[in-house]
Amino acid sequence: MKWILGVLMMALATSAFAVNPDEMLKDPAQEHRARELGKDLRCLVCQNQSIDDSDADLAKDLRVIVRERIMAGDSDDQVRKFVVDRYGDYVLLTPPFKGTTLVLWVGPFVLFAGALAVVFGFYRRRRAGDAAAPVTPLSAEEKRRLEKLLKEQGQ
Amino acid sequence: MIAEIGHFALILALCVAMVQAVVPLMGARRGQASWMAVAEPASALQFLFIAVAFAALTNAYVTSDFSVMNVAQNSHTEKPMLYKVAGVWGNHEGSLLLWITILALFGFAVTLFGRNLPIGLKCRALAVQAMIAVGFLLFILLTSNPFARLEPPPLDGSGLNPMLQDPGLAFHPPFLYLGYVGFSMAFSFAIAALLEGRVDAAWARWVRPWTLAAWVFLTGGIILGSWWAYYTLGWGGWWFWDPVENASFMPWLAGTALLHSAIVVEKRDALKSWTILLAIVAFGFSLLGTFLVRSGVLTSVHAFATDPARGVFILLLLVLAVGGSFMLYAMRAPAMKMGGLFAPLSREGSLLLNNVLLSTGAATVLLGTLYPLIADALNLGKVTVGPPFFNSVFLPLMAPMAAMMAVGPMMAWKRGDLAGVLGRLKFVAAIALGAGLLVWFLQGGSAGPWWTGAGFALAVWLGLGTLVDLAERIGLIDAPAEALGRAARLPRSTWGMVLAHFGVAVFIIGLTASAAWTEERIQTQKIGETVMVGGYGVTLKAVNDVPGPNYMAHRATFEISRNGKVIDVMEPEKRVYRQPPRPITTAAIRSGIIGDLYVVIGDPDPAKDGHVTRLYFNPCIPWLWAGAGLLILGGTISLLDRRHRVGAPTRAHARGRRARA
Repeated sequence: MKWILGVLMMALATSAFAVNPDEMLKDPAQEHRARELGKDLRCLVCQNQSIDDSDADLAKDLRVIVRERIMAGDSDDQVRKFVVDRYGDYVLLTPPFKGTTLVLWVGPFVLFAGALAVVFGFYRRRRAGDAAAPVTPLSAEEKRRLEKLLKEQGQ
Repeated sequence: MIAEIGHFALILALCVAMVQAVVPLMGARRGQASWMAVAEPASALQFLFIAVAFAALTNAYVTSDFSVMNVAQNSHTEKPMLYKVAGVWGNHEGSLLLWITILALFGFAVTLFGRNLPIGLKCRALAVQAMIAVGFLLFILLTSNPFARLEPPPLDGSGLNPMLQDPGLAFHPPFLYLGYVGFSMAFSFAIAALLEGRVDAAWARWVRPWTLAAWVFLTGGIILGSWWAYYTLGWGGWWFWDPVENASFMPWLAGTALLHSAIVVEKRDALKSWTILLAIVAFGFSLLGTFLVRSGVLTSVHAFATDPARGVFILLLLVLAVGGSFMLYAMRAPAMKMGGLFAPLSREGSLLLNNVLLSTGAATVLLGTLYPLIADALNLGKVTVGPPFFNSVFLPLMAPMAAMMAVGPMMAWKRGDLAGVLGRLKFVAAIALGAGLLVWFLQGGSAGPWWTGAGFALAVWLGLGTLVDLAERIGLIDAPAEALGRAARLPRSTWGMVLAHFGVAVFIIGLTASAAWTEERIQTQKIGETVMVGGYGVTLKAVNDVPGPNYMAHRATFEISRNGKVIDVMEPEKRVYRQPPRPITTAAIRSGIIGDLYVVIGDPDPAKDGHVTRLYFNPCIPWLWAGAGLLILGGTISLLDRRHRVGAPTRAHARGRRARA
């Protein structure tokens, strides 16, 4: 029983876990660039995890690819382009700003402006409504009731 | 047998809920008191039946009755008792049963505590509550029966996902659901008010404490989830803008807005129709969250269900509930009378601006969460909307709100004096600016991110501004001798506001510092080797195998030293559970005011004769938990306010008094 467990643990223990020391670059500046790039690249088989945070094999492969491109002398943009050319925009955690994502990027600010406009309209309508409301004098019946009420209060 | 009793109780609960959804409503329409009187006993009976069902499932888990399929699939005899019980809601069917149990509990609470509520409002609200219950009971009975049997029963269960075997996560779902479902109160009362065509201060006084209670639970639930992620996922992250996190964050944002706009309804009788809309939206987000998580539309670790029939059912439920309410709102809200007048620069005005920002924030999160689905459906290509998007759009919306939170509470009702308030805060502004510059200078200027100074300045502005507001309210400067007495007499809701706003300031510090200055060391460490991180020397002393109740752990022993002196020993683990066999890392964390030392043991590295270790210094992380704690404390204290507890005069009483006068 213990033996089986040992084998099992060995098998599981080999699974990679996020960024591993063996894949890291020697030059800290280059490694830092790789980490910054990795934060914005999605592990394609995971849900919403960056390749830096994921322990999936595919994420490891992508981390290695990023580092290979950096070693080959690519700039950050070139590395990103290299990955996007192969995996599409889907791989970017920050969706690119273009026609199909216009609603996404501009939407919140349009909503905010719209909400402010509604609030502004609310204040204007109120002020207009306030000023426009004609002050109708009390009718004779109402005057009588008012006097009666005031008299009751006075008692 | 007990499982069948549970199943049968659920069917009975459905029958009761159907009666409760129809009869009181018709009674209220026709003015039939005896029909309206059905609502209260029905809500009690419905709760009783659902509680029996919940107890039956809990019993199956506690006794490890593997002839119940749900138990066989999600439990194991070796599991500690806490996780056997938590296993009840650690799966799709059981978590829905918890949802409906809490819903019935809230409905019953209306009956228990709503003695002074106008009968028409109460029985309509209970009917709406029952409609929601009917929807979810049907959903459980038709698509997700937790009591289905298994023949023949297995010898042992398949076990609970080890990720869920954790105290933080054991209590995360109940808290979250108390929050989600708690908003059903505001919702039911909003619909009832629309049906009645009347919203007044009595309505707000009833809705506000329940919204507040739901908000406190939801805050607790979200933060428990974050805390769990922080210590379990193994690299110190605590918020990932994961769709499932967003699903709980959207109702929180809408609920926070509702909490604030309800104040305006209660105190000033204004913003009524907006508050009703928010109540619908807040619960709509709760339903949407349930749909997103339960349908498996966004497949992720949290989503247990990937059955399309379930997805379609919940979607239908969502469309009916939200669509129906919006339609009713569109028909009835315009007739609602406008309430008290106020200028844009006033307490009401700043609360309204708070609502604008929070709602835009919630809409942004909604857009970002659903956009990948929308883009996919419209063939716009597959896109990913990840954390960088949310950080760059959501945070700019929240920063002005945090800045405003110091000003708003100091403004007068109806017509405030912005210049005057800013004048009273000019020293605070100077200190905040100084603090921001100091932080900027200490991090070495542009050596760190540009926004750290801004984050700290904002936090100091809000924190000190809130304290200045408190000092003015108790007359600390003008009449210091009486300040203590005044502080004691200050309404609890004011204390709640002060604590919660101060909590946000504390939270901002944790957020800024942990995002900017995390230190990380990843390496292969030999036994005896020391690595420096965050000013601490971390020495790997040993790695041993230690058996746990239902797992085997690799336990590493690290010696922590500071300035050459050993100050602590930390023991992170990597566990492999027996059933299901999955590895889990358990970080060791040493918390301090400045930050957390966070130590993780990885795999052995035979090539270098050592172990992979990940050492982090996560600055100011405890400030996050402290800030959230203050939010919860503030909410709770506000909840204990006399005015909420005693309950203000109802319409009937008020009328009575008028008649006497």
